[in-house]
Amino acid sequence: MHIMEGFLPSPWWQFWWLVSLPFLAMGMYQLRKTVRERREALPLLAVAGAFVFVLSSLKLPSVTGSCSHPTGTGLSAVLFGGFITSVLALIVLIYQALLLAHGGITTMGANVFSMGVAGPLVAWALYRAGKQVNLNTFINVFIAAFVADLFTYVVTSFQLALAFPAAEGGLLSSFAAFMAIFALTQIPLAVVEGVIVALTFKYIIDVRPDILVKLDVLTQNTLNRLKEAAS
Amino acid sequence: MKYKAEIIAGIVIVVFVAIFLITNMSVQKSLGEGEESWAGADAQAEEFISESGYEPWFSPLWEPPSGEIESLFFSLQAAIGALIIGYFFGYYGAKRQKAAD
Repeated sequence: MHIMEGFLPSPWWQFWWLVSLPFLAMGMYQLRKTVRERREALPLLAVAGAFVFVLSSLKLPSVTGSCSHPTGTGLSAVLFGGFITSVLALIVLIYQALLLAHGGITTMGANVFSMGVAGPLVAWALYRAGKQVNLNTFINVFIAAFVADLFTYVVTSFQLALAFPAAEGGLLSSFAAFMAIFALTQIPLAVVEGVIVALTFKYIIDVRPDILVKLDVLTQNTLNRLKEAAS
Repeated sequence: MKYKAEIIAGIVIVVFVAIFLITNMSVQKSLGEGEESWAGADAQAEEFISESGYEPWFSPLWEPPSGEIESLFFSLQAAIGALIIGYFFGYYGAKRQKAAD
């Protein structure tokens, strides 16, 4: 989903930086609060960040004859919400922009918005809604991670379409063209990512269920039910 | 069932690989001499935009000078992440086992 360096003309790159900044500021604030008040959750934060690192480094072949990578933001979105996830995404995007020439400094605002804000926020909202209606936890996590991944690419397509509307057919035809490049490729990858995140979630439940309850990711009732089912 | 999630994940990955292998056969057949397939979607978008005559107005400060060095940094990125994940899961797992003893 990286928009390459220099590939967003003015005023779009400034615009997306401005849109992303408040989310990043909120993320930094929440991060500081977590570091101070929820020290026991810090290892989980590191794991969530590391997860974004690993998954976004893997370029996987997809059905359409091209390669793309998962975003890995679903786990962090479920555990810590959209704001903190935007900071984790920023770290990865800086690494890739500076060392790999993937993405760029000027386009980072747009990339943070798609990967760190839009996808994770929708994923987080869906997870919370699923929790309210007592959806099976693993299916819920799968959906959240799937959507965090796929929606990121939908937003990237939209960002590019806004900046490069087609001469004929305008915004919509250009959006369709970018969706064909990005979103279609992404569907199988998003399924794989969803399954892997759900599996990781199972291991977190295994080792530190108490933190999940403290972070309000799971209720004690759900947890007891899951443990019964597992034994 | 205890390993339900693992079995489902295994099946999904096998299906994913099978789809890739089947697609790859038809993709390889339709390729001309010297053409390469399975390029990055990011690069495809870049190409699509460049076709309209757009020139990027800013270029990366540093670019990996070769594909090998690029994959070095990608592997490094994955290794850093995997190290952290492995460390904490190991730490938690051992702690839980000790508490159970």
